[in-house]
Amino acid sequence: MGYAAGQLPEAFNLVVATHVSLCDECRARLASFDAVGGTLLEEADEIAMGEDALSKALARIEGLPQATRTEPLKPAGIFPAPLADYIGGDLSAVRWRNVGGGVKQAILPTGKDASARLLYIPAGKAVPDHGHRGMELTLVLQGAFADANDQFGRGDIEIADEEMEHTPVALAGQDCICLAATDAPLRFRGLIPRLAQPLLRI
Amino acid sequence: MMLDASRTAMTEQALPPLPSGMAVRVGSRQKKDGLLAKAEDETDWAGLLVKVRDHQDRAAFAALFRHFAPRVKAFLMKSGAGAALAEECAQDVMATLWQKAHLFDPARASVATWVYTIARNRRIDALRKARRAEPEELDWGPEPEPDQAEVLEAQQETERLGRALAALPAPQRTLIERAFYGDLSHSEIAAETGLPLGTIKSRIRLALDKLRHQMG
Repeated sequence: MGYAAGQLPEAFNLVVATHVSLCDECRARLASFDAVGGTLLEEADEIAMGEDALSKALARIEGLPQATRTEPLKPAGIFPAPLADYIGGDLSAVRWRNVGGGVKQAILPTGKDASARLLYIPAGKAVPDHGHRGMELTLVLQGAFADANDQFGRGDIEIADEEMEHTPVALAGQDCICLAATDAPLRFRGLIPRLAQPLLRI
Repeated sequence: MMLDASRTAMTEQALPPLPSGMAVRVGSRQKKDGLLAKAEDETDWAGLLVKVRDHQDRAAFAALFRHFAPRVKAFLMKSGAGAALAEECAQDVMATLWQKAHLFDPARASVATWVYTIARNRRIDALRKARRAEPEELDWGPEPEPDQAEVLEAQQETERLGRALAALPAPQRTLIERAFYGDLSHSEIAAETGLPLGTIKSRIRLALDKLRHQMG
C-alpha cells in the first residue's frame, strides 16, 4: 500500500517493484490499491484550474512527440526488469565487493532515505552478523536462505525489523543472491512494516 | 477550499463546445453529496479516453480535462505542492494522459485509477526527485480489442469499490485518505490526530480488510 500511495523511499520501491514482477498475487493486490487511489481521486475535492489551463495543456500536447509505444523494460537473467534497469544489465554487470566470509555485496544507486544492495551468499554460508537498526526487506533472486524461523526462495521477501535477530544461512546447492533494502535508522521506523505487510502479505 | 465561481464560469465559456449528450461537472458543487452524484453520473470516462486514444479527439480530451485536472490539482496540493506547482503538474499529468493514451486498456483499470497512477508518479518526480521502479509489464499476448464484457466488469468493479469506500466508517475512511493523499507517515498522523500509533495501524488494517471483504 505504501508503494501504491507513492510514500516509500526509492530503495523500497525498487524491492516492491521487483517482487511484484515475480508475484502475481501481489500484482493483483497492487492493482487493487491503485484502484483505491483512483476511487479517492474520483471522489476528491476539486481545486479550480486557471482559466487558460486547458489551452495550455493542449499547447503542451502539440509540443509532445508523436506517441509511440515505448519498449517495455526487459528482465536480464535472474533480474526482473525494474532491477535490471537499475543495474544496467544481468549478473555479469554487477560490480561486487567482498564483505568477508565469501559474502559479496553491491550497493545500488537510490535516494538517501534508504539504501538498496545486492547480496551474494555462497551456498551453505551464513551472512555475517548484522543488526537490524531499522527496517530491512530482503528479496531472494536466486537460491534460497533459511533462518531459525523460516525458509525463503526466489521471489520471497523477508521483512526484518530491529526486534528481529537471526542468522540467515544460504541453503546448500546454489549460491544465494538477494536484493536487500534498509532505511536510515529511525527515520521510517515502524511505518514501512505496516505499509508493506498488506501488500506482501507477511 | 475556496472556489472562484465567476472564474469557473469563464473557463467554461472559453472552452470548445462539448459533444452533445455529455454531462460534465465543473467546480465542487457535487461535493456535499458526492457519492450520490457519482452514482448518477453516467459519463463514460473510459469511452472518452478511448476516443482520445484512437482518434486524438480534442473534445473528449477537454471533457476529461475538466473532470480530472481539478482533482489532480487538489491531490497534489494535499500532498504538499504549492498552488502554482500543482497547476503546472496537473497540466503535465493531463498532457501525459494524452500522450500515453495508447497504453490505456479499459479492461484493466478505470480512467480515475489510471489518472491516479500518473499523478502519483508525477508527484514523486516533482516532490522527491527520486526514481520509482515499476514492475515488469506482463506479456498479455496479442489482444486486438478488449472484450466488452471485461470492460464492463472492470467498470462495475470500480463502482463497487467506490461504494465500499463510501460505506466505511468516517474515521477509517479518513485514515485511508490521509495515507494516500497526505505525505504523512503513520507517526505523523499520530502526532496530528493525537491517536496512538497502534490505534492508527489497526484502523488502517481494519479499513483495508473491510474493503477487501466488500470487494470479495
